[in-house]
Amino acid sequence: MIRKQEVLQDVVIKFAGDSGDGMQLTGTQFTNNTALLGIDLSTFPDFPAEIRAPQGTLPGVSGYQLRFSSDRVFTPGDACDVLVAMNAAALKTNLTALKKGGKIIANVDGFDSKNLRLANYPEGENPLENGSLDNYEVIKMDVTKMTREALKEFTMGMKEKDRAKNMFVLGFLYWMYGRDMENTITFLKEKFGKKPEIFESNLRVLQAGYNFGDTTETFTTTYKVEKAKMLAGSYRSIMGNQALAYGLIAASQKSGLPMFLGSYPITPASDILHELSRHKNFGIRTFQAEDEIAAITSSIGAAYGGALGVTTTSGPGMALKAEAMGLAVMLEIPLLIVDVQRGGPSTGLPTKTEQSDLLQAYYGRNGECPMPVISASTPGDCFDVAYEAVRLAVTHMTPVILLSDGYIANGAEPWRFPSSNDLQPIHVKFKTELGHGEEKLQPYLRDEKLARPWAIPGTAGLEHRIGGLEKQNITGNVSYEPENHQLMVKIRQEKVDKIAEYIPEQKIDNGPDKGKLLVLGWGSTYGAIKSAVAELVAQGQSVAHAHLRYVRPFPKNLGEIINGFEKVLIPEINNGQLIKIIRDVYFVDAKGYNKIMGVPITKGELVEEIKKHL
Amino acid sequence: MSDTTTLPPLTAKDFSTDQEVRWCPGCGDYSILAQVQKVMPTLGIPRENIVIISGIGCSSRFPYYMNTYGMHSIHGRATAVASGLKASRPELSVWIVTGDGDSLSIGGNHTIHLLRRNFDVNILLFNNQIYGLTKGQYSPTSEKNKVTKSTPFGSIDHPFNPLALALGADATFVARTMDRDPKHLQSMLLRTNQHHGASFLEIYQNCNIFNDGAFEIFTEKGSKAQETLFLEQGKPFLFGPGNTKGIKLDGFTPRVVNLEDGHSADDLWIHDEHDIYKAQILVRIFDDPKIEGHLPRPFGVFYQTDRPCYEDVMAMQLEDAKARKKGDLDKLLRGNEVWVIQ
Ligand code: SF4
Repeated sequence: MIRKQEVLQDVVIKFAGDSGDGMQLTGTQFTNNTALLGIDLSTFPDFPAEIRAPQGTLPGVSGYQLRFSSDRVFTPGDACDVLVAMNAAALKTNLTALKKGGKIIANVDGFDSKNLRLANYPEGENPLENGSLDNYEVIKMDVTKMTREALKEFTMGMKEKDRAKNMFVLGFLYWMYGRDMENTITFLKEKFGKKPEIFESNLRVLQAGYNFGDTTETFTTTYKVEKAKMLAGSYRSIMGNQALAYGLIAASQKSGLPMFLGSYPITPASDILHELSRHKNFGIRTFQAEDEIAAITSSIGAAYGGALGVTTTSGPGMALKAEAMGLAVMLEIPLLIVDVQRGGPSTGLPTKTEQSDLLQAYYGRNGECPMPVISASTPGDCFDVAYEAVRLAVTHMTPVILLSDGYIANGAEPWRFPSSNDLQPIHVKFKTELGHGEEKLQPYLRDEKLARPWAIPGTAGLEHRIGGLEKQNITGNVSYEPENHQLMVKIRQEKVDKIAEYIPEQKIDNGPDKGKLLVLGWGSTYGAIKSAVAELVAQGQSVAHAHLRYVRPFPKNLGEIINGFEKVLIPEINNGQLIKIIRDVYFVDAKGYNKIMGVPITKGELVEEIKKHL
Repeated sequence: MSDTTTLPPLTAKDFSTDQEVRWCPGCGDYSILAQVQKVMPTLGIPRENIVIISGIGCSSRFPYYMNTYGMHSIHGRATAVASGLKASRPELSVWIVTGDGDSLSIGGNHTIHLLRRNFDVNILLFNNQIYGLTKGQYSPTSEKNKVTKSTPFGSIDHPFNPLALALGADATFVARTMDRDPKHLQSMLLRTNQHHGASFLEIYQNCNIFNDGAFEIFTEKGSKAQETLFLEQGKPFLFGPGNTKGIKLDGFTPRVVNLEDGHSADDLWIHDEHDIYKAQILVRIFDDPKIEGHLPRPFGVFYQTDRPCYEDVMAMQLEDAKARKKGDLDKLLRGNEVWVIQ
């Protein structure tokens, strides 16, 4: 039959279902398929805190939002064009995010009386039947029935069969967007290679979904999104945590330092531990410690022995590591502390995103305890930032905090991956012998960066003792002298401040160098700010966007940039943290825009906010 | 010309530093330091390969007085610091110096996990049954009813039995010694070093300022023979002046017998440090010496067994992984699904 193909520029799909429905997998597969076509994209997985919240209930809904476009995109989109609702609860929790006139692909089986009741619909009301969705285009499919039908010759149990439901939806969407399914078939083969029956059944259902679209006459249109115009190069799709792990591996390889990761499982940082644990062939040691404190202190032990010591965690774990960070500051050894932030305080919102650990990273330790802080702004950026954090740590002999967050950790984007040759080398120099005229090692004798020597056990003649007690300048002996303490506090501060001389100057991401309003951001708000400012710049507004990677110390020229604008707006997913530091350091009357709902700031709301300041 | 100059053998002096030792005069730590400095040169380990890691407490000042590599870390975490160091540098000889508060209270968690993982490190637990550095509060090994600054009406805490705890955590080497018996202390240090695996050596250490005489009954001439049992592999449990008493296993219950009453040494418990079942009973011989009919306190190696060490298995996994497929950074970064934009 004759069908038309419509070309679209920008599509946002949300896959939503029960946390057992496999929506994350469906979303990831569609994402990879999209990426391979050179279409730009951004994703936002959104899952419940419970692994398996009660089936069919509102808290049990797991979602995966994907935006893809032939234009560049920097956010997963404010509202959806298509909502896949595997059950009534999924529809209910996501309907407000669907554009008027948007498509709802509903699995009718998930709208039976039990599911409707679990989703708190009033007795006897079914949104698919009562006309409440008249403003949308509803595509009803009995996914369960058709899945079972496709598998009628298979001997497996009904429960097993139903597990392939998500493949039906995926197949249907592949048809709808004119895709071939090769990547998913390969994926299934790899995943279920050893279980041929499971592989076959998934494949059969995937094809059934595709054929359903192809043969059902009611579907008259397929859609196509063209390739995006992106920088030339080789791309792959990458998620933030994965990129961060790769950045660490690359840094280990390029510095020649064997990596030791001490970590305790915590959402949303655990995937870094998982990823690194797979790459033992790069000489990476991963140590799942008994707690957060052992995670960091074991990394300190490893770093003391000359390894690239890394520990990964999230907010509550950061709090537990605070004392040990102080030790690392006192020892002045290289160490990387990665905090993938989530909603707090306390256990807070473990699976939701927030930028609320910045002040903790800055100040959350006893004593005068400065540490460099660096932040990642997109999934792909996690690679560069991890690599840079290692460079800072080993060349300046200091622990470094890297802040990521749940949004970019689990989000995916196309990544123009570097070749190993393009990566800046990281030079590490262990001290191997006493210097001229040195009778014994002076462990706190410093170079021009104020970095002390890294003298590791096993080096004859350099035996020395260090520890958490205040050090005498140069000799490193224990010292309680008043003048020495003041001096050492100042030196440790100056050492961190000095890093500003070794990092790039701050750039304006978009917009003029001077003007009315500077929108200043850090971390994962990058995409939203970039998109919002781009829209307003295109309208000729006097607004610019600068995004910080280096949060401590700030780039040298940041003050100058700030002074070029009449006003400064700082959007953050917290109750105002960067803004406090900016006001403190630069005495500017910056204004905040603070969203503390566990979800990213959208472009739309930011555009409205920026307009108020123009 | 050969330039292989044989260096003179190291002496105890080579292991001491220019730092003034700051323990209270008369503290048991002095003796332990002296014995460690005496034993170290005999181990055949290059000084630069020895690392001493401590936590916080009086004993934890130890690294400053040893001319090796050393780290005075933070309270309770020496075991965790040492785990990371040993995991990444298995060739180093890593010693942990800790106290009863440091390793059994604030750092209790790391201690048990280090033991179960069996890193090849040596834990020297200086047990003085008191908090010395913070000036005299009760510790997790202080006896019940102990009056201290924080327990003016007597402690209501039930104390830890450190060796039972270590064995419960599947330690592969469990031993006890005392500061006042230099020869025994030295021999235990040697055994500790010999053991490939996590060695747990409890050292009774007198804090003459806050808990003077806590172990007097075991260490002083007048009572030592009567109140202590020195364990020797393959030897019967004999004690008392002139070894006239012995311990016999009556079912699972150890009982004191008098050899002068016609009991023969052949009936006694013969020490087998590799027997885990007997070791479980042995560590439970922990009677309060003030109680009538109590058993003597054992000293020596309670238990020793061989089990693969964490760092060795970790290194093996790495080697296996490399042998199968050496890491290729460019391949990793590319992944399997790549597209090219011209
Ligand atoms: S307080 Fe006790 S343990 Fe501490 S140094 Fe003095 S005597 Fe030794």
